[in-house]
Amino acid sequence: MVSIVVGPVILAIMGAFFGLLYLGIDRKLVAHMQGRIGPPIIQPFRDVGKLLMKESIIPDGALSWLFKLAPILCLMGSAVLLLYIPIFGQKALLEDFGDAIVVLYLLIIPSLALVVAGFSSSSPYATVGAQREMVIMMSYEFPLAMTIVAIAWRIGHVAETNPFMFSTVATYPIWSLVGPMGVAGTLILLIVLLLVTTGELSRIPFDLAEAETELAGGLLVEYSGRNLVLFYIADAIKTFAMASLIIALFFPYSLSPVVGIEALVPAFVVDALFFLLKILLVMFICVMLIRAAMARFKIDQVSKIYFIAMTLISLVGLILIWVDLVM
Amino acid sequence: MAASKGIERYTIPVGPIHPALKEPIRLDLGIDGEEIVDVDVIVGQVHRGIEWLGMNRNNPVQNIYIAERVCGICNICHPFAYIMAVEQAAGITPPERAEYIRTIIAEMERIHSHLLWAGVAAHEIGFDTVFYLVWRVREEIMDLIEYVTGNRVTKAMFQIGGVRRDITEEQFPRIRKSLDYYKSILNQLKTVFLDDRMIQMRTRNVGVLKAEDALKFLAVGPTARASGVTKDVRQDQAYGAYADMDIRAITPDVLTGTIIGDVYDRIIVRLLEVKQSIEIIEQCLDKMPSGTILVEPKIAKLLAMLKKAEGEGVGRAEAPRGEVIHYVRLEAERETLAAWKIRAPTYTNLMSIPTILKGGQIADVPIAFGSIDPCMSCTNRAIVVDRKTNKKSMLTYEELHELSIEKTRRLKAEFDR
Repeated sequence: MVSIVVGPVILAIMGAFFGLLYLGIDRKLVAHMQGRIGPPIIQPFRDVGKLLMKESIIPDGALSWLFKLAPILCLMGSAVLLLYIPIFGQKALLEDFGDAIVVLYLLIIPSLALVVAGFSSSSPYATVGAQREMVIMMSYEFPLAMTIVAIAWRIGHVAETNPFMFSTVATYPIWSLVGPMGVAGTLILLIVLLLVTTGELSRIPFDLAEAETELAGGLLVEYSGRNLVLFYIADAIKTFAMASLIIALFFPYSLSPVVGIEALVPAFVVDALFFLLKILLVMFICVMLIRAAMARFKIDQVSKIYFIAMTLISLVGLILIWVDLVM
Repeated sequence: MAASKGIERYTIPVGPIHPALKEPIRLDLGIDGEEIVDVDVIVGQVHRGIEWLGMNRNNPVQNIYIAERVCGICNICHPFAYIMAVEQAAGITPPERAEYIRTIIAEMERIHSHLLWAGVAAHEIGFDTVFYLVWRVREEIMDLIEYVTGNRVTKAMFQIGGVRRDITEEQFPRIRKSLDYYKSILNQLKTVFLDDRMIQMRTRNVGVLKAEDALKFLAVGPTARASGVTKDVRQDQAYGAYADMDIRAITPDVLTGTIIGDVYDRIIVRLLEVKQSIEIIEQCLDKMPSGTILVEPKIAKLLAMLKKAEGEGVGRAEAPRGEVIHYVRLEAERETLAAWKIRAPTYTNLMSIPTILKGGQIADVPIAFGSIDPCMSCTNRAIVVDRKTNKKSMLTYEELHELSIEKTRRLKAEFDR
């Protein structure tokens, strides 16, 4: 009972801490890729501290209560994700109460909160940003769902328990179930999910909703101070959660059995460090590398990429896994 | 928010302060979803009264200092056009060596300005890595400019009747070293900008300006050349040492075989012009004549000469952004200029902006607007200030039309008398 009450709070704080830490690493590494020095790794924490001291301005035309509610909604939506996704190589806190399908639904909440924020701030920039965010959200939802369903469908053929449960996914890692064709299919699905993550987190080349040079910050243009900091932390948590989701689906391996550590605490430490390393690798690909190597797409291009290209590619992945199964 | 045909249409103001703009200007965009259906350009945010200073406070030599500060980036072409105008008005012919030095400096400015633009353009489409890359590459030319002129930004090289600093033989190897560096990386830059799929997606068929529109709206510089209008002051009315050089206006079909007149073509033109500038500087170094660099080194004597002079002159120079024109009138026994009129390239290029932006998306605005390489501080000077009420206003088209009719009537009345 205590764990149900205290657990979420601890998880949210941990998620925020590691999320911000990874944002710092992200900024530093991207800076180095671009030939800059970059800010110190603790810069996101300083940003949070600074924003907390700033005044929160609510524009005159804004729908005040919704304007203030949206950041809280966004933060809560992001924090709840961590209750269902296994992190640090451990079981998720609410493992028994929800599976990957729940996560799929929960992922929409932070984006929806951003849309609400954009529309309620009554700025033309924010309105355009909110429209874009909605379009992007609708575009990547399908390939995202397809990836998760494809994996669960394959695991469902061997597992007796609910294949959407992360514990089932961890018991039957997808890579060990499939043959060469299936490995190719799974690899394709992994790439799709990595690219969906980039869009889900609104990073370049999919950062149209905020597009600094076009919309001056887009849907967050009117936010400042404490309200902005909530979005900032929510973004950090969501980044962490999305990377954890990829790891839970594709790399649910632990290091402790391999190196033969069985004592409870050292095993936990080893698994947690291994998990953090995996997060770094996932983020390195889907956030840092892509961001440094690409420019911003236009909204019609994003729709075409996700709705047509990504969907078709994930379909190919699914078919490959199916062929692998029947052959 | 204006309602039309029952559909609600938003007006998005871009500027005066906006991350896409480096200098203040306002674009009022009427948008339908993401599409731009209406564009209004409103200038007048950075009026500084430069011409007034030249006509009321400073003598012609002091004006070189002011002309250099018309624009931070084109601080060679403005004084260049200005001194050419004054020299024409006063009947001074600068020594040949000075003409060559002026040309070298002007081309160095073009290289740095085009590279600066390339970086900004990459930033506008969210490609920050290329932005940093190009600006790092640009450091070499900035170092060279500092080596030759002593300053990185405002070079202060020009003087009426010549230049203030010589470029000696000992400096040639260092200049050639920098030029060789740019020649070696030029192909790399071309690959980064022209072969990148992403950049093609964002710039091909974006912000199209057709050749007939470019002629109609009097586009100048790379903006006109990218639309296939072979217009280049260096070619059409060679000044400085350009008459000795082999210069042809660059159009994008040199590389691609077609002319579309979009942002991509403007990138091509600017990249090729960097190559052209390198070649011009090399030719200048090879052909550099000997001799003096200044007609009259004593400023007091020069000023006395200018005070006696009477006449008018026009200086035309090809700035990195297009043709810049300075008109100057000198009156005898007057220490300041009798008239000074500057026409910067952005002023005419702005006329094409509605055509370039219309039909595009909001996402195209920064790159399409940036593709003319706008320079606002060069542009602003039509503002009306009522000294009694201290109110500022701008003349609308109707008011100007009224004023024009009024003046015609007045002249007619005078004529009839």
